[in-house]
Amino acid sequence: MSVDLQTVKRVARLARIAVSEEDAERMTGELNTILGFVEQLNEVDVSGVEPMTSVTPMEMKKREDIVTDGNKAADIVANAPATEENFFLVPKVVE
Amino acid sequence: MSELTHLTISQARAKLRGKEISAAEITEAYLSAIERANPVLNAYIVVTGDKARDMAKASDAKLAKGEGGALEGIPLGIKDLFGTEGVHTQACSHVLDGFKPRYESTVTANLWADGAVMLGKLNMDEFAMGSSNETSYYGPVVNPWRRSRLDTVVMPTTHQGDGGFVSAGGTKTARILDNAQLVPGGSSGGSASAVSAFLCAGATATDTGGSIRQPAAFTGTVGIKPTYGRCSRWGIVAFASSLDQAGPIARDVRDAAILLKSMASVDAKDTTSVDRPVPDYEAAIGKPIKGMKVGIPREYRVDGMPEEIEALWQKGIAWLKDAGAEIVDISLPHTKYALPAYYIVAPAEASSNLARYDGVRYGLRVPAKDIVDMYEKTRAAGFGREVKRRIMIGTYVLSAGYYDAYYLQAQKVRNLIKRDFETVFAAGVDVILTPATPSAAFGIADEDMAADPVKMYLNDIFTVTVNMAGLPGIAVPAGLDAKGLPLGLQLIGRPFDEETLFQTAAVIEQAAGTFQPEKWW
Repeated sequence: MSVDLQTVKRVARLARIAVSEEDAERMTGELNTILGFVEQLNEVDVSGVEPMTSVTPMEMKKREDIVTDGNKAADIVANAPATEENFFLVPKVVE
Repeated sequence: MSELTHLTISQARAKLRGKEISAAEITEAYLSAIERANPVLNAYIVVTGDKARDMAKASDAKLAKGEGGALEGIPLGIKDLFGTEGVHTQACSHVLDGFKPRYESTVTANLWADGAVMLGKLNMDEFAMGSSNETSYYGPVVNPWRRSRLDTVVMPTTHQGDGGFVSAGGTKTARILDNAQLVPGGSSGGSASAVSAFLCAGATATDTGGSIRQPAAFTGTVGIKPTYGRCSRWGIVAFASSLDQAGPIARDVRDAAILLKSMASVDAKDTTSVDRPVPDYEAAIGKPIKGMKVGIPREYRVDGMPEEIEALWQKGIAWLKDAGAEIVDISLPHTKYALPAYYIVAPAEASSNLARYDGVRYGLRVPAKDIVDMYEKTRAAGFGREVKRRIMIGTYVLSAGYYDAYYLQAQKVRNLIKRDFETVFAAGVDVILTPATPSAAFGIADEDMAADPVKMYLNDIFTVTVNMAGLPGIAVPAGLDAKGLPLGLQLIGRPFDEETLFQTAAVIEQAAGTFQPEKWW
């Protein structure tokens, strides 16, 4: 399988990365090189093989459903580019 | 002062405990070595001098009372992927511009609890994506090793004062260093370069496809990627969560064992942290390997591999045989599919993990008219080329209609890779010996690799299988090539059998010796 310029632009949109026409063209070539490389996986017979979900056979650890953390609003917004009274500020979303 | 920076961790530990040296002295020695070397090597992106001095002072107080921890007063470098409270943590990406976490990663917290001193944050490939440390926002790291050639040099006639000759002239054969700058490997290139150039006693690193072992091999250092689940991933910037593991890069096998003992723990904050006590890895060093079954996988003999790597591998086999190990030929039939499967699984996980960099909660923000525009512009400006490439691949293979063909197929192949290893271990093989990398260190801005991303990816061909199967792997220096560059061997072990890796690596180290670059910086 290979990707064309339109697909690359669509994927960039899905990934929320702005790409110029020039970027998209370069990426098309690079992505096709990588996709060409991974193509060889199709020759592997995987009939009856389960997809891996965990490298170590272990049951997922579960925590008790209790509050163990919190009251850190100032810490959480400390690194944000724009905040106001412990809220994250973003450009207007709803008109 | 320079002798202090040349002490191994085990030597420094003994001298600190014996009060022959102080933590303050050794810390100062490293800080001045960094000051001199870093403008050339670019291994550190931040030096935390004040913090280091404070920590060293606290260590000296503890040592004076005989209360020192396992790493009391040992100065370490920390890869920029580890969250360090109040200290620059950016995974060497522009997108995390100005980020200083309000928390400490579990691994670094474990090191500080044991008394280690933080010298600073180490350079790396952006988000740990790369095999040459050239994708860092902070520029490439330089390998302290340079190529050299044997040549005849003319010795000038020199004399001192009243006809007292120092050299009578003539010629001699010497190694002449080449000026070309080489990469230290990646992604933990800053860690490997700093350890090799004596800019820290040891360093933390992480390994998703070979990022500890390949740079260790390129710099003549020892690097171990432990079993998945051995070190907590909490507080480490995530790349590919099912593959990422932290581990140390050190100057010798014993130092790597000492560091891993402190880094590893059982952590409730990481649900994949495995509930098993951490053994005393150092105790495994020096134990005989007589009767140990060492597997040699035929699939690791790849086309185009330099003769020297094959010769090194044979030398490794001979050393282990001489030490009484039983050598057996084994087959890991799905080896060649590990790298392509990795380049589906890792980018898929990365595209998901890196979705959080949106210009809202931390890091860079590029202002724009609406929120989607802001996301797109922020991510376009914040991520470098390699990171974008992998996010794109990941997004594509997870997108509607392609998930089964790519991601599911890769995860099935991954199970087959794991099964290959399980089969040989079930047949009684204790440890597997392979080359660590398909070549020695290459030049910065290598044109072939810049033109073809897959060429760069091939660096991890021998290491990536280990991540795919979640196994432990260690790279240990085993010799120099004809150009005087270090080459490493890799040992792969059963899950949670890091002890056998240290035990066997120590035998290789004993036979091969340790390697130091000639100082030119």
